[in-house]
This record gives sequence, structure tokens and C-alpha cells, in this order.
Amino acid sequence: MSTWKRRRRAPIPEPVAGNGLIDRRILLGRGLAIAGAMGAGGAGALTGAAAEPLKDDPWSLEFGLNTPALQTPSKYEKDVVRSLTNPKAEFRNSHARTPHHLLNGTITPNSLHFSINHAGIPDIDPAQHKLVIHGMVRQPLEFTLETLSRYPLVTRMHFLECAGNSAPMFSSEPMQVTAQAIHGLVSNAEWTGVPLSVLLDEAGIDPSAKWLIAEGADAHFLDRSVPVKKAYEDALVAIYQNGEHLMPGNGYPMRLLLPGYQGNMNVKFLRRIKAVDQPAMSMFESKTYSQILPGGKTWRFHFLMNVKSFITHPSFGQNLKGPGFYAISGVAYSGTGRIARVMVSADGGKSWAEAALQGPVHPKAFTRFVMPWQWDGQAAVLLSRAWDEAGNVQPMRAEFVAARGQSTKPVTNPLAFPNQHYNSITSWSVDSKGEIKHVYV
Amino acid sequence: MSTFRTLAVLAVVAAAGAAMAVENPRLGKPLSEADIKAWDIAILPDGTNLPPGSGTAVQGAKVYAEKCVSCHAEGAKGGGAPGAGPLVGGEPISNGIDTPKTIANYYAYATTVFDYIRRAMPYNMPMSLTNDEVYALTAYILALNKLVGENDVIDAKTLPQVKMPNRDNYMIPYPDRI
Repeated sequence: MSTWKRRRRAPIPEPVAGNGLIDRRILLGRGLAIAGAMGAGGAGALTGAAAEPLKDDPWSLEFGLNTPALQTPSKYEKDVVRSLTNPKAEFRNSHARTPHHLLNGTITPNSLHFSINHAGIPDIDPAQHKLVIHGMVRQPLEFTLETLSRYPLVTRMHFLECAGNSAPMFSSEPMQVTAQAIHGLVSNAEWTGVPLSVLLDEAGIDPSAKWLIAEGADAHFLDRSVPVKKAYEDALVAIYQNGEHLMPGNGYPMRLLLPGYQGNMNVKFLRRIKAVDQPAMSMFESKTYSQILPGGKTWRFHFLMNVKSFITHPSFGQNLKGPGFYAISGVAYSGTGRIARVMVSADGGKSWAEAALQGPVHPKAFTRFVMPWQWDGQAAVLLSRAWDEAGNVQPMRAEFVAARGQSTKPVTNPLAFPNQHYNSITSWSVDSKGEIKHVYV
Repeated sequence: MSTFRTLAVLAVVAAAGAAMAVENPRLGKPLSEADIKAWDIAILPDGTNLPPGSGTAVQGAKVYAEKCVSCHAEGAKGGGAPGAGPLVGGEPISNGIDTPKTIANYYAYATTVFDYIRRAMPYNMPMSLTNDEVYALTAYILALNKLVGENDVIDAKTLPQVKMPNRDNYMIPYPDRI
């Protein structure tokens, strides 16, 4: 008992940055006990007499439900769903966004992986689907799901992000919407497939072929031009997603996976790859996924999704229930490689502390960061900023806007895409009541 | 002897490793380009793969009235259906980073218009238009945007020669990735 009391009086760790950020090392081992001891509220709860005596709950006193073949989340998780842009199934494109503020860890469950379909989701019979590789090759070849499944498969963790993810942040005023609405067009999964280079080698690609036209079997035959260079770097023809065959909205039965490159290039329902000597300048690369820069120049072939992070907990829609200990956490990722460091601020960027990264840190994949925080009940502004192993840093908003611009008028529709490739910082303000708002710092 | 044995073992391991590294199951079924012809629809900016056929804006207006106007509206101004944007006009893109992109203010190559109509339109019946109809619709849309004349014949030879206003207005942010 006396030992317990002495531990309870362990010295309070010095904050490592303003507004109560605590050294991330408390997350290791015994540290959490210290953090728990810090809050007056926590200590009160431990000694308080308000708790009712425990009794068995009704669900423990009856035989439970039978075990189903395909399990789905608890009925209490009914709000953990993707948000839709076309809920009435109008005759146009349809998007679904991942609810990052309701998830944790790094893997996006398949049912919640983001999905964008420009011409609906085709109903593909996997036994009939074919992938053809042709053009500047020695021998055109046809593959099926069955034949691809017989190759030595490789498995890798990668994020997939639409170039238009975070587009609401191009608005000149911060939109009061969730992390799902802002950042829901990125997800992270374990992908399994055949390296595209293996298939190109088998077809005998001509060394003078510089581009691959990748085309899907959807009703747009959506096509994008991909540098051959990327195919030999790390491209996959993916057939599994988190251990099961791809979801229909994620490209069933096979898709191109170009780690770190804008989502639209990762052609779903992949049916054809043609090796060519020039880019096709398809509609999606000419218009939709080319960006206007301030002054009227344009970017072409901006494939790379740059280093980025955002705080998911706490974030808009999750108001704090009173002063005390919180773990600030979120995801960080970079199309260039591994995340090297994430810094967090609770005072709007005046001071920063390094967050703990939850390993293993995979290249071109979500890395979750955690920052212990003792909230004193006063106004705070939470920010995260990521660095990748190549030294790229997530830009502050002022420098980002100086380079890329923002909307001429505030954007009111969170589904609009004022521009693309936004990778600056997301800031959440907390007021003294614990209410969280989206702000620009 | 033991050194010899070690070397022998190493040699076997190395051979096995090399074999595994280069082994390819070779399960692709050989095809000829002729087998693939129906799928080989992508048109390149220099006109490669444009099919035979031709059309003019005058011919295209008739096809448009029959198959496109219900979504893209009279005069291709857009708004006849959700998601059907304008096919004519467009503000200068120097007006702002959120300027709506159009054929006239944005597309780099006229071949993209042909390619996209053929592969994706009409929205409910992709690949249903004849090549002549696609050439005619391409001519019609380009003429509405005053990029070709109303009676210009658009075909595999003339289409790649249409100079789009925004063609050279770009930069490539990561040239080493191409």
C-alpha cells in the first residue's frame, strides 16, 4: 500500500511543449501509470466512492447469437460507415469516404476503404475477366485471375489516395466538417498481387517503350498513362486486399497498384496494359487529374502523393469531455517512402513535440502517431506535421497557399474539388468547453 | 575436403537462389495483336490508332441532337443532367486555381475529345457510336469552341493537327519519375 502511494506521487513529467504535450516516452511501459496519476480527475476517480457495486449484465446471463458465416460489425457501430456523394444513385459518378475519425490503427477495413467510381462499379465475372498486355512487347499475352493466382505473390502495406483528397482545404475559409469529409479519400490496406515487372518481362517489353496505357473494364474503359519506370520500381497487379479478394468498388477482380501515386492511376478492373512510346493524354490525365497553379500555369503528370499527416483523435465532431489526459493521434504517410518523424503542437504551432510512431513503419503506408496530452481545459489548437525518410516535410499552410493558392471565394460544398494534391497541415481548435472546430493556422 | 564441401553446398544454394529469382511461371496465354483489335481503343496525341472515317460539325450537330443533348443541353452548355458539364467555352484559367476546366481552356490535344467520346459516351451506351459519328461529334464540339471551322472535315489526318490553346502551358513537377 505504501509503495503504491509512493508511486502515485511520482514526479509529474515536465511538459515537452506548450499547452500540456507530454514526452512521448511515457507511452512506453510504466509511463501510462504516471500519466494517469497526473490528472486531478484521474486521482479522484481512483479514490472516489461514487461507483455502484458491479453486477452481471443481461447479455452475460443468456445464450448469445449463433456464429455467422460472414461477420459484420456490432449493431452499436452502425454509424461507422463511409459517407456518400451520390446516395440516391443518380446517373453520374459516386464516391465513398473513409471515416478516419471513427477508426484507429493503420489498416482500413475493406468495407470502409474509400472508393470513387466514374462510371459505376462493373459487375465482373472473375472467371471471364481477362488482362491483356500488348503494344511494344515481343509477345502479347493474356492473363486471368486463375493464372495470376499461380504466380509467386507479394504482399505489401500501402496507402491509396485520390489526388483530390483534402480538397476542401483549398477553400479560403476552413470548412466545419469531419476528418472523413476532408481526408476520407485516402485509405490504407495490405495488398497482395503479382509484380507488374514480372508480367512485362514475360511479354518481353521493348526497352524503348516509356509508357504503359492502363485501362479498366468499367463503362468508361478508364485509362491512365503510367511510366514504365514505375512498373519496374514497385507496381503490382493486385488481386487481394487485406487478405481477401478485392472489393468490387476497389477494382475486383484485379487492379493496378502504384504505391504512392495518385489513386486514379491505380486503374481498377484492370483489363489492358499497352506499352507505348508516348502518354495517351486520356481525359483523366489531360483534365481531371492535371492541376491549375496560381497565375494560370498547369501541372501535368503530378503522380506523387506528397508527405502528409492529419490528426484523427481528437478531431471535428469529437468534443472533449473535460480536462485530463488524452492521446492525440492520427495518420502520416508519404508517397516517397517511410515516415521519419511527426511533430505535434497543441498551441497552434508555437511549440512542437515529437510524437511516438507506432511501428512497423512501412514505406508508402499509413503510420499512426500518438502524442500524450494533458489538457488543462483552456483553449488549444492541435496540429501535426510529418517528415519522410527522404527529408520531405509537410508544408505549413502559409507556404502551401503561397505556392499552390486557394479558392477565390470560400467554398461551401465539401464535396467540391477546387484543386488537388493538398498536403498541408490540418488544425483543430479546442475551446474551453472542449468543442472542436476546424481552423487555419 | 571440408572447404570443398562448403563450396559445393554454397554453389548449390546460389544456383537454387538464382533459379528462384529468375524463374517466371510463364502462364500468360500468347495472343496476336489481331486478337486484341477490338480492345485496342486508346488514341495517342500524334494520331496513332485513330480509326478510318470522318465527320464535320454540321453532321455532328445532328448526332448531338439525337444522342447527347438530353444530358449536355442545347449548345453543349451543360447542365441537362447531374454531372454533365459544359462542352463549350470556359474562363481563362488564370482567373483562379478553382476555375472550371473545359475543352477550350484546358485540353492539350484534340485527340482526347475523340478518345473520350468513343470510350465513354453516351454515358449509358459506351462504345455504341460509329467512328464517323465520333469524328462528327468531335468536329461539332471543336467548332462550337471555334477551334475548327463548321465545314472542316475531321479525320485521322486532320484531328491531330488541331492546335489546342492550352497545349504548351504546363510544367512537369517530377520529370525524373517519367
